[in-house]
Amino acid sequence: MATSSTSGIISPLSVTNMTVAYQKNPVVRNVSFEVNEGELIGIIGPNGAGKSTLIKAILGLQPALTGQTLVYGKPYKTQRKLVGYVPQRESVDWDFPTNALDVVMMGRYGHLGLLRRPGAKEKAIGMECLAKVGMADFAGRQISQLSGGQQQRVFLARALAQDATLYFMDEPFAGVDAATEKAIITLLNELKRQGKTVLVVHHDLATVEQYFDSVMLINGELIAFGPTGTTFTERRLQEAYGGRLTFLKGNPSDEPLIVAGTGR
Amino acid sequence: MLNLFTDPNLQWILIGSMLLGLSTGIIGTFAYLRKQSLIGDTLAHAALPGICIAFMLSGVKSVGYFMIGAIVAGMIATLGISWITRHSRIKPDAAMGIVLSVFFGLGIVLLTQIQHSSYGNQSGLDKFLFGQAASMTSNDVYTMMGVAILLIVACALLFKEFKLISFDSGYARGLGFSVATLEQLLLWLVTIAVVVGIQAVGVVLVAALLITPAVSARYWTDRLGVMTILSGIFGALSGAIGTWISAGTASLPTGPLSVLTATALFVGSVLFGPRRGVVAKLIRRYTAKREWAAEGKGKAGAASSAKEREVSA
Repeated sequence: MATSSTSGIISPLSVTNMTVAYQKNPVVRNVSFEVNEGELIGIIGPNGAGKSTLIKAILGLQPALTGQTLVYGKPYKTQRKLVGYVPQRESVDWDFPTNALDVVMMGRYGHLGLLRRPGAKEKAIGMECLAKVGMADFAGRQISQLSGGQQQRVFLARALAQDATLYFMDEPFAGVDAATEKAIITLLNELKRQGKTVLVVHHDLATVEQYFDSVMLINGELIAFGPTGTTFTERRLQEAYGGRLTFLKGNPSDEPLIVAGTGR
Repeated sequence: MLNLFTDPNLQWILIGSMLLGLSTGIIGTFAYLRKQSLIGDTLAHAALPGICIAFMLSGVKSVGYFMIGAIVAGMIATLGISWITRHSRIKPDAAMGIVLSVFFGLGIVLLTQIQHSSYGNQSGLDKFLFGQAASMTSNDVYTMMGVAILLIVACALLFKEFKLISFDSGYARGLGFSVATLEQLLLWLVTIAVVVGIQAVGVVLVAALLITPAVSARYWTDRLGVMTILSGIFGALSGAIGTWISAGTASLPTGPLSVLTATALFVGSVLFGPRRGVVAKLIRRYTAKREWAAEGKGKAGAASSAKEREVSA
């Protein structure tokens, strides 16, 4: 299922045989893939399909039963600085005594290493990254006083500050308004222009074709992975979602229009 | 009251209490923010069997041995909590509860055993357990000074790391920090602060000195650095005022008075904290209400005048 890069370029991320189990039953089974550099990749699948789990296992935040992650051909552990991660917003307590700029500067901590403290340079980078997500005016704002969308942008700015080349984002579009969604997608395209590779866990099927170069369909196993045009098809989607999607057909371009998951 | 500044004994107690409050206040900030408010209680109770075993092995009532025993027991307890949370579905608060009761139960058994047997001079063991600041000597104060310096230096050097693991430990791991090691180090620093505190305020009350100053400090600031320093100051102030009141009266114990002072500071913070305090909130709501009412009246006025105009037309 994996698409290997046709040229001799080393893939930014190659995962082999990733299997993860929380209790007994594996939630992610034998997932192997290799991504192309400079692409925006959407990770799609129903709730409980193991999308977040897969990301966490790749990043070593969740122990895997088996599996290997190579980042630019080397083990992930030696390449951490190249990898940026935007966790789900709910994963932290936003009442923490700190402001937006301070959170963004945390993205520089890995570069600073142990004991060294952030200074003027880190501050400048932090401000720059806040400006890129349109949050420069909120630098000094206590983080609990930011709206959900603003908090999401602060997390994105933190990932930017990290200056990674491979990014993982866990549902950055969850619960944000249209303005923030637009700001985020502009940013993703900017990252892509810089030749960076971004994997995004995504839920809104209606925007997949518009946003992503490649799509990874997951439901425990890897259902399909490849260019959006050939992979994001009705047949594959039904496979991933277990035949619970309703499609409206008949528009001239013959592209499937997804109405809703009918549930069960 | 004057004797506080002339009596050398009291001076040692004053300095000791302040250093203790400073240490527990600073390290308590991180325990509180990491949602481990129960950790102080757990470690203080876990110290009991450590102290008893130290006494049984050495046969002497030495503060140094007691502290070693308590610290070792506390470190084992922290490892136990980490192990339970990592290898089961039990949440940290329940894990702390389990460890607390097991260690304290064992400690009580050992303590009874000691009291009913012919171990050397056992009197005063209970005083160590339930705290007696008045018995502090210059040596104890030097120990506290060492501990305070250790904690302050550790928190200053690792401020960035402790901040990161307190806010977002998953991200810290992603950045390549050894989160498990940092978390364990932080727990051990808390253990040292708690064990030193037991001697002054006792097993039950030391937890209050760990958490109360931190919670109070949170009411005054939205910045972690300021909060840490403020928490240390609140702790030191509690120790100082506790000693001062204790010295001025006949027979009130210093430790509990320090805890009560810390609580008074907490109540003051809840009431008068600049933005999160109750009074500030009430004032904000009152002014908002008044402004809204004024605006509403303006609108109502405009509406009524429009009506009048209609009528006149």
